Amino acid sequence: MSIILDSKIPSGPLAQKWSSHKSNIKVVNPANKRKYDVIVVGTGLAGASASASLAELGYNVKTFCVQDSPRRAHSIAAQGGINAAKNYMNDGDSVYRLFYDTIKGGDYRSREANVHRLAECSAGIIDQCVAQGVPFAREYSGELANRSFGGTQVSRTFYARGQTGQQLLIGAYQAMMRQVELGRVKLHARTEMLDLVLVNGKARGIITRDLTTGEITRHAAHTVILATGGYGRIFYLSTNAWNSNCTAIWQAHKRGAAFSNPCFTQIHPTCIPVSGDHQSKLTLMSESLRNDGRVWTPKRKEDIKKDPSTIKEEDRDYYLERKYPSFGNLVPRDIASRAAKEACDAGLGVGTGRAVYLDFRDAIKRDGEKTVADKYGNLFDMYSKIVDENPYQSPMKIYPAVHYTMGGLWVDYNLMSNIPGLHVLGEANFSDHGANRLGASALMQGLCDGYFVIPYTIGDYLASQSFEKVDTNHPEFKASEEFVNAKIGALLKNNSKATKTTTEYFRELGLTIWDHVGMSRNETGLKQAITKIQNLRNEFWENLKIGSTSSEVNKNLELASKVADFLELGELMARDALMRKESCGGHFREESQSPDGEALRDDANYSFVSAWEFKGVDKEPVLHKEPLIYENIKIATRSYK
Amino acid sequence: MSTHEQSMTLNLKVWKQKGPKDSGHFEMVTAKNIIKEMSFLEMLDVVNEDLIKLGKEPIEFDSDCREGICGTCGIVINGQAHGPWKATTTCQLHMRAFNDGDTVILEPWRAKAFPVLKDLVVDRSSFDRIIASGGYTSAKTGPHPDGNAMLIPKPIADRAFDAAACIGCGACVAACPNASASLFTGAKITHLMMTPQGQAERERRVVSMVDRMDQEGFGSCTNIGECRAACPKDISLDSIAIMKREYMNAFLKSDIEQREVREDA
Ligand SMILES: Cc1cc2nc3c(=O)[nH]c(=O)nc-3n(C[C@H](O)[C@H](O)[C@H](O)COP(=O)(O)OP(=O)(O)OC[C@H]3O[C@@H](n4cnc5c(N)ncnc54)[C@H](O)[C@@H]3O)c2cc1C
Ligand code: FES
Repeated sequence: MSIILDSKIPSGPLAQKWSSHKSNIKVVNPANKRKYDVIVVGTGLAGASASASLAELGYNVKTFCVQDSPRRAHSIAAQGGINAAKNYMNDGDSVYRLFYDTIKGGDYRSREANVHRLAECSAGIIDQCVAQGVPFAREYSGELANRSFGGTQVSRTFYARGQTGQQLLIGAYQAMMRQVELGRVKLHARTEMLDLVLVNGKARGIITRDLTTGEITRHAAHTVILATGGYGRIFYLSTNAWNSNCTAIWQAHKRGAAFSNPCFTQIHPTCIPVSGDHQSKLTLMSESLRNDGRVWTPKRKEDIKKDPSTIKEEDRDYYLERKYPSFGNLVPRDIASRAAKEACDAGLGVGTGRAVYLDFRDAIKRDGEKTVADKYGNLFDMYSKIVDENPYQSPMKIYPAVHYTMGGLWVDYNLMSNIPGLHVLGEANFSDHGANRLGASALMQGLCDGYFVIPYTIGDYLASQSFEKVDTNHPEFKASEEFVNAKIGALLKNNSKATKTTTEYFRELGLTIWDHVGMSRNETGLKQAITKIQNLRNEFWENLKIGSTSSEVNKNLELASKVADFLELGELMARDALMRKESCGGHFREESQSPDGEALRDDANYSFVSAWEFKGVDKEPVLHKEPLIYENIKIATRSYK
Repeated sequence: MSTHEQSMTLNLKVWKQKGPKDSGHFEMVTAKNIIKEMSFLEMLDVVNEDLIKLGKEPIEFDSDCREGICGTCGIVINGQAHGPWKATTTCQLHMRAFNDGDTVILEPWRAKAFPVLKDLVVDRSSFDRIIASGGYTSAKTGPHPDGNAMLIPKPIADRAFDAAACIGCGACVAACPNASASLFTGAKITHLMMTPQGQAERERRVVSMVDRMDQEGFGSCTNIGECRAACPKDISLDSIAIMKREYMNAFLKSDIEQREVREDA
């Protein structure tokens, strides 16, 4: 199957595209909806909201997740907030401004039409969540509260203390559980999708493994939705949850779905620094902290080991405020992260040398400890539990960590991949954030995709197809099941004589990606990374010690299966980064920078979305390009100075 | 990283159970090279790596976010659900809490409604079914009144949030001598009861959730309060009182309504 990239962006003026598209697309009549089976993989914001909404419409939904309960999907961990163009603050916000900020924040590497739709739908998301009883933060007036986030100059972020993702997800989960009770959603928790099944080129089902019993099962449907989150855990150390993975989208890629912009990953500037080799994950300190916290390092190397409270004002370098006076501490994430790395590379890092200060001294002096605790109390608690220091008294130490992946499966305007019938929502697709995502916009996108886009566009797909009858006895299902069994068999085959564990491979891969496909990249490093990953992959399949060979609960086997896929995806990330010789957003190519060290985009040559076609594990993938056309926004150098 | 050199050795007494039907037993495992900076789960990661290298079965346990918000982790540590630190999940507990040479006992959540799947991994889907029975507002996806159309005073919104902060980990059940799910169920009832959007289904919700809780095999609440002590999110015991009151009210009201219906007929 050769790949055709048709973005299906509706014609007409930008602000009318979505409404006219909605009026023009086909709908499935209510009585027919129950004749369609829809598979939803994932129960994060995107998957839970899609499952609930589609079941409410009358479709038969089957929903899957790897956690023991759908409420535990990784979206639960989002802290800071969700954007919406409500303009409640009367500070000049509008749909256009949100759209503009998001495109600019993404360093002009996202699609205008998708981003505009996202901005249009944002206000309705808040209303939807309020109707579900989501306890957003409120002012004393009883009105919804807002705060500001990086990369914008208005306050449009809605939040629920430092647990916004949790509250939004619980809202969507509850709506979905209502449908489970009504029998319209069949829920399969602790169940992992291991392959996508295509029949005559259309996505018609999946193969799963029950993580409790080990049973492999075939599931057929008329269409499949993947809402399986991002692949940031490929770095081993990241802010992503333990079970986050790329398996579902990677298998779909191997079955023909184009993978877009895999090298666009986001390194978040404010995370708790690495403390040692034992570390299993990194903890994010929400970006909202940069509203009140000031980032600095000592000016002189001899001060880096000193007690920070003894360092005088004139000996501190508030480097973000110095370099970017108009945005100060609120510059976008990619810029803040790179600036922290630069400071540490220059020998000014504190603590282990890989940390900078985030200081609340002035905020506490200005507003009092109580106000600061009200806003950030749970984050401060989390920090002191991990680090054993009191951030009310001494500044936090922070360092960048991998947090989000902008890349993902290519989708058209209807959120369908190039495989007919395969839809991709949330972080798993590539669609809205270009080369850098602004804070508080992933939650917005996940819920927009699930509540307000897919319920319309899936109807259009289903109504415009004629479906042959396919059940799980079809030979394609059998072939897929055999493929899955073979993969599990291969993972276990050398267990008894092998010497190297899954975790050892995973760490090695993670370190390679961090060193060469992390915060800054260059040609030599990327080429090295490709070779290293290939070698590691070969070794993995020959010398992998899993420990238990149990076919029942076996978490190491689960992990190994994920690592196997990361070992293939990692190579593609490096290839994508190597191909893109410009710097943009989170992708910083050392060869392409301005004299003052800022990222230098190359619009003439790289204003496109990369979409890679899989050709075989040890074969070179083929690059396809979707050109990015800006009709409404004038492309400019992104400046936050 | 000065404390790194001072590594500890601990003796773990771990519950091993092959599956739901196996009767299970304790096994002793030595945890070597443990440092204070490790989280409790990172300590188990290190132990499992050692076991795997020796060709032994690792200890199975659940975790996901590893930052105290998803509610996936949960081990009874030395008799306490989530271990010795107050308002802290197992994944947030750090090895600073232990000393070299300590014996540490690890057990799964134990409750009839939470069958053990393997070692420290339990099935908590009964919690999902309690939510499914009524823990929602029936607002469908679609257009709704503006988010500011109904004002919610900050203190009320804060109380709703405090209850909604429950992470559904099940420590309350594990800590309760009766294995009651009242704190969990009460928290959801309190959250939704506080918000204006939750009013329409207020009575129906409490009756159906409390009934489901009983059907799932959870015990009844006798006001012991161990749940609160174990709760990593400090959910208030008030939510249980609220649940009981709401249940009574709903019962009386439905009784009156039914009588009225009968009289009308
Ligand atoms: C610590 C942290 C804080 C964040 N804070 C914010 C914030 O403040 N604002 C913001 O906008 N964004 C934030 N983000 C980003 C945002 O949370 C995520 O991008 C978003 O929640 C992703 O949602 P999702 O529905 O796409 O996927 P997820 O929530 O990751 O859900 C993925 C689902 O897929 C399932 N799954 C995965 N693979 C399989 C498989 N093979 N088989 C079956 N099921 C599978 C999982 O079980 C899960 O249910 C944060 C992210 C992190 C890590
Ligand atoms: S693993 Fe998420 S709360 Fe512990």
